[in-house]
Amino acid sequence: MSEPMVVFDRVSKSYGALEVLKEINLEVAPGEVLSLIGPSGSGKSTLLRCVNHLERIDGGSITVDGELIGYRQVGNLAYELPEKLIAKQRARIAMVFQNFNLFGHMTVLENVIEAPVQVLGVPKAHAIEHAKGILDQVGLADKLETYPRMLSGGQQQRVAIARALAMKPKLILFDEPTSALDPELVGEVLDVMRALAEGGMTMMVVTHEMAFARDVCNRVAFMDGGKIVECGPPSEVLANPTHERTRTFLSKVN
Amino acid sequence: MDAPSSTLAQANDTDAGQKPMLTYVPIRGYGRKAAAAALLIILGSFLFSIAGNDNFGWPVVGQYLFDDRIMSGLLLTSWLTVVTMVIGVVLGTILAIMAMSSNGVISVVANSYLWFFRGTPVLVQLIFWYNLAALFPDLSIGIPFTSLWYSVDTNTVITPVMAAILGLGLNEGAYMSEIIRSGLMSVDSGQRQAAKSLGMTNGKSLWRIVIPQAMPIIIPPTGNQTIGMLKTSSLVSVIALSDLLYSAQTIYSRNFQTIPLLIVACIWYLSATSILTAIQSRIERHYGRSLLQADAPVRWRLFRSS
Repeated sequence: MSEPMVVFDRVSKSYGALEVLKEINLEVAPGEVLSLIGPSGSGKSTLLRCVNHLERIDGGSITVDGELIGYRQVGNLAYELPEKLIAKQRARIAMVFQNFNLFGHMTVLENVIEAPVQVLGVPKAHAIEHAKGILDQVGLADKLETYPRMLSGGQQQRVAIARALAMKPKLILFDEPTSALDPELVGEVLDVMRALAEGGMTMMVVTHEMAFARDVCNRVAFMDGGKIVECGPPSEVLANPTHERTRTFLSKVN
Repeated sequence: MDAPSSTLAQANDTDAGQKPMLTYVPIRGYGRKAAAAALLIILGSFLFSIAGNDNFGWPVVGQYLFDDRIMSGLLLTSWLTVVTMVIGVVLGTILAIMAMSSNGVISVVANSYLWFFRGTPVLVQLIFWYNLAALFPDLSIGIPFTSLWYSVDTNTVITPVMAAILGLGLNEGAYMSEIIRSGLMSVDSGQRQAAKSLGMTNGKSLWRIVIPQAMPIIIPPTGNQTIGMLKTSSLVSVIALSDLLYSAQTIYSRNFQTIPLLIVACIWYLSATSILTAIQSRIERHYGRSLLQADAPVRWRLFRSS
């Protein structure tokens, strides 16, 4: 088996007295699609947001491709990196948000080329060509000049995925990508994600879509109370959970 | 017989069992039309009574409208407004960002600045800057604990013009800071997170993502401030600068044509306000283009060609 891409080593985090992550250990292999499921408040979104240092961790470490996220290690000390270096790490770890967070003052095309041009320094003409290709891939080639507010939720989320892909990421973090969508629009977003998974993209997906977790993900991690209760292939965790808490949760969502 | 009832009659003729098609007749609004007509009559007679009144001295207005002194006063008022507003916007942006800083010292310094400059009359601030030499006869700049110091007589630096720019600009910065802060806070925090997750630094996300989306909130009150400054700048007459209003006053103090010269000043103030209003609505349309309906044509763009 190849080296894991993401390694969580005893990751802990608290908000004041509230421990949201308790010594999480987890590995994600390149090309793997891992879904994080669990009740709200279980810490799954927080765990995801720690991977690109949108949240600081209080203990343990997260590495992506062997690189410590957010810190520079000297002996046993970890110094927080200056903003520019953190930004550089984030540039290759894309994130898709529950509320899309598209840039409202930019057209679809401008949204997709913004970071490649501004962060990676790709020439604009080149970025536009690339962006058109990606938007075609997510089925929005006819919406280049449209502003986000004129699009449906499903279309907006597909633009957000295109924006993430434009950075040629090695890893994409999905934070409940379909939770803000009307039920009939969930499918079009999941289809795009399914295609990405089949294309070999490494993905971590916080989701409530059990069917997606079952059909697309290589592994499912069930979290509760800041811990990973169980983790394994969907055929085990979703079909034959060993823990009572997992069973209780699954009986509620299905 | 008029149209609606004939439609009804036809419908009744064709099929007794089917409900007739309705013809809609909009409300007539006679009241509003009468009110509009009354307003026009009142306004018209008001304007007529002013235009036909010899006491207003319209020939004198015409005589002084393009007077050299009035023109140079207008020029001073115009550029002073522009310069102080530019200072106000730049300073206000810096102060707004400082006020929102997580570092307590930085935000307290910004808030103290606001407290002081909003809490004292701008007239006092103007006089203070003008008389700075009485408090600090020399201004020095240099590196502490070294002999690298440069000193200059205060009166050569703080000319009346400089005192006016400082007094009005620093005061305006305090007011603009609150306007800009409210604009920045109106942008959803998800926008910054998205920018961060794409590898943008704080500065870049502020400049490229947050500020452009704060503009629709910032522009209308900034337009207000600019128009206000056009007239507030007339306070500089206390430090011997001849702005538009002061130029008019100087003239009427000699020829006693008070009302005509004040009308001259007002005509120019109104003209400048009209121009500023037009500029404001253009900028608003530029930043509001993402809020337009899907089928609305983009009529023009101010800053970008593509």
